[in-house]
Amino acid sequence: MTQPTFIDFYILLPFTILVAWACLLLLVDIFIPRTLKWLTALLAAAGLAGTLIVSISQFGKSSTGFSGMAVLDGFSTFANVLLLISGLFGIALAYGYAERMKIQRGEYYTLLLFSVSGMMLMAQAGDLIIVFLALELLSIPLYVLAAISRKPESEEAGVKYFLLGAFATGFVVYGTALVFGATGTTSLAGIFLIASTTPTSLLLTIGAALLLVGFGFKVAAVPFHMWTPDVYQGAPTSVTAFMSSGAKIAGFVALMRVFATAFPSISADMTNIFWALSALTMIVGNFVAISQTNIKRMLAYSSIAHAGYILMAFVPYGNKDVVATSVAAGLFYLMAYVFTNFGAWAVVMTLEKAEGKGLEIADYAGLAKKYPALAVAMTVFMLSFIGFPPTLGMVGKFYLFRAALEGGFNGLALIGVFTSLVSAYYYLRVVVNMYMREGDPVAEREPGLAFTTTVAAVATVALSLAPQWLFLLASNAILK
Amino acid sequence: MEFILQPLTLLTFFPLVGVLVILFMNAEQKIAIRWVALVTSLITLVVSLWVLQSFYAAESVTGAAGALHLEAKYAWITVAGWNIYYYLAVDGLSILLVLLTAFLTPISLLSTWTAVEERVKEFMIFFLLLEVGMMGVFLAQDLFMFYIFWEFTLVPMYFLIGLWGGPRRLYAAVKFFLYTMAGSILMLVAILFLGIKTNTFNVPDMLAALPALYSSGAIDPRTQMLLFIAFAAAFAIKVPMWPLHSWLPDAHVEAPTAGSVILAGVLLKMGTYGFLRFNLQLFPNATIAAAPWIALLATIGIIYGAAVSYAQQDVKKLVAYSSVSHLGFVMLGLFALNPEGVAGAILQMINHGLSTGALFLLIGMIYEQTHTRDIKVYGGLWKITPVFGTIMLIASLSSMGLPGLNGFVGEFTILLGAFGSTAIGSPWYAGISAIGVIMAAVYILYMFQKVFLGPAGEITHHHELKDLNVRELITVIPLIVFMFWIGLYPAPFFNLIAPAVEKLLSALPL
Repeated sequence: MTQPTFIDFYILLPFTILVAWACLLLLVDIFIPRTLKWLTALLAAAGLAGTLIVSISQFGKSSTGFSGMAVLDGFSTFANVLLLISGLFGIALAYGYAERMKIQRGEYYTLLLFSVSGMMLMAQAGDLIIVFLALELLSIPLYVLAAISRKPESEEAGVKYFLLGAFATGFVVYGTALVFGATGTTSLAGIFLIASTTPTSLLLTIGAALLLVGFGFKVAAVPFHMWTPDVYQGAPTSVTAFMSSGAKIAGFVALMRVFATAFPSISADMTNIFWALSALTMIVGNFVAISQTNIKRMLAYSSIAHAGYILMAFVPYGNKDVVATSVAAGLFYLMAYVFTNFGAWAVVMTLEKAEGKGLEIADYAGLAKKYPALAVAMTVFMLSFIGFPPTLGMVGKFYLFRAALEGGFNGLALIGVFTSLVSAYYYLRVVVNMYMREGDPVAEREPGLAFTTTVAAVATVALSLAPQWLFLLASNAILK
Repeated sequence: MEFILQPLTLLTFFPLVGVLVILFMNAEQKIAIRWVALVTSLITLVVSLWVLQSFYAAESVTGAAGALHLEAKYAWITVAGWNIYYYLAVDGLSILLVLLTAFLTPISLLSTWTAVEERVKEFMIFFLLLEVGMMGVFLAQDLFMFYIFWEFTLVPMYFLIGLWGGPRRLYAAVKFFLYTMAGSILMLVAILFLGIKTNTFNVPDMLAALPALYSSGAIDPRTQMLLFIAFAAAFAIKVPMWPLHSWLPDAHVEAPTAGSVILAGVLLKMGTYGFLRFNLQLFPNATIAAAPWIALLATIGIIYGAAVSYAQQDVKKLVAYSSVSHLGFVMLGLFALNPEGVAGAILQMINHGLSTGALFLLIGMIYEQTHTRDIKVYGGLWKITPVFGTIMLIASLSSMGLPGLNGFVGEFTILLGAFGSTAIGSPWYAGISAIGVIMAAVYILYMFQKVFLGPAGEITHHHELKDLNVRELITVIPLIVFMFWIGLYPAPFFNLIAPAVEKLLSALPL
């Protein structure tokens, strides 16, 4: 064991800053009176913004530190930036909403910072132990956040998320143990080295499969998705918005990192599992979403479905020529998803009323007449979810399908496009309600919501027309 | 600046200027908004004439006839294994459709002057956006770009039907959207597959790379056929070919008049144009193998569409089904794969746009007064509105293919091509399709007789019906002029098409 050096800390610099800031904020928040909680929110946002700048400055750098425990590369930096943007959106959505719903608490922002730092650690993990640590660090604040409104449904969501999440983490730990048993190491690079030079052991495959269960839970892949609709519906919407983006990114980042770097040698077995997982997720997510009348539940199933599309691109991860495209496509789509998803949730929160009112899709009737800009934004998000031009969702899906086709999984790509068609049906229902039915919705005017909606809508359209440099960044994030 | 001042860039995106202006206008200023939209589309029309003139100049250069002209080509996404270009160009296959689009848009806008009173602002925005999408479809030479425009046209049309349509508009709009999307997603997979195999999305490069892939077996004949089918699925739904036509009557009947005009006039042509530009060129062997089958479906469509038209009581539905029949002719001509057939098909696309566009406009004008389209309640209209009757008669005769009017030229050339086609392999298709021409005469004249002749019907009796006013005349007269022009002297139009068609067919291994 060597002493950590400066370069080790540089690798984890964004994470370190954010954790330190979060600890500091935890202390400072005690002295901030209840009526001035906007200060906590602002400080949390400042921390995220500062970390974001540091993180952006790390583009193009790559190195490993802490004896291979932590990794800095294009992949981790891309993910970090995405996670920090999610965190910023998460805070922008939270403050006004918490005031309105009378659930304003300073811990909210600290917990969110801890969760983001856990997610960032996940992106930089070079060892299964770190994966486990990061998983806990990101999950536990989320369990608390889900229950933060102290209403029965919110508490139910928190407990449900906690119990099932703990169960899933158990799978990760057990998987790690089995992998350690098979290879004698928990380092991702070490596992790869041993697994590719020794004959494949069943123990390793089972270990990897168990890890997949844990990650599958986090990204809400079918059949590990059962918690998603209930938790998304029960949790305060600002938490749901953050959770559905952040936890999904973290889950996918872990999944891609672990499988692409440690387990290419067992891809023959794993590919089939990924195939089935992805097909099931796309089919179940999209078909069940059709019958939802509550927008939170619909978006929950849509979030499940989108996990399926990203998984689809990752199916050929064992193919050396395709894995770079798979990872780049996955990252790019996660970015598209972040903007689209936060935008859509922001609109949902704009129309949400106390006591869970205003959350039915039918409540969107007449929105276009009264609030044309809001309706246009929501239409952009729905089109992006479907994968329609000119939106990021379309460019992202193009990328994902390319990865699947390059890997030779034509059948899976066909399932993907047909389920997209199915998804058009339920996303369009929101548009139909907004534009073609009569109603009298009342939208809240909150700067945070307006900001998020505007930024997300503009980014969703503008970045889709000029995706060149984002493609470049995503494609430089190759995992080795 | 150079990027923006390209004639084709300007032509495609100029309507966006109008959209921006309208966006910042007060929704209450309906008349001003209408004028902005109209002027925008008129300027676009002028730009299209500039494009035509430049096209003539480019075409007259020795050896350049039939090639792509006025190319605007810029690298768009050229990283990470993507080769996507911003690439617009025009050739003989698309020039007439581009002109038709630029021509029909102001006419449609003019027709909404009094018909659309609600949400005028949104209407005009969607309409101009639609024009951008349509222009892009006809001009894009990069498959990625083409796909974006292709899918994008769905969005404004969906809103046009869903917001300003008839009583069953929600159903029709969603059906239109999902039906069309079902086809395009298959095309998406095929586009990506081709892009991966040829490592480019731009069509000329792809055309250069494909023969080697076909001859080396990297894309075997079966795969080529599957790719052909995937593209054909998108286009056949759009055309629509029998048996994929069921969205069309719903969309047409529910759409507002201007929507119907553009839907029939231009959007359907995107399907036939897609076959022409992509299926015929990208998959030559599959095209030849599929020709008899497409001819069969086209023939069924011709007869089926005509027979169903005859049974309709709703005038708009009648014209909608007649489109199925008329576009069957276009498909038959395209897959005759000889110069007569293909050139006739291209001209017939324009003819159908003119005659069906005119019919929808005229039906819209009378509907505005009576709010019914039921054939039964009309009758004896000729005596009350002679000008309207005369123009309707010309449009009807043009639609049924009377010699001297445009429809005849197109259908005759197509049948000529189909009779002698080696690709279709049997003159029977043409022979049976010719019956379709007679059937067209039957249903069109039946409709005309019921509405305009005979004793006055319920509606005609009770309503104070007014004849066409000046604005309505201005709207339809240009269409009538072209009907006569193409009918009496089609040579200039064929001259525009011929070199490109020859070039296209010479690439086919017939």
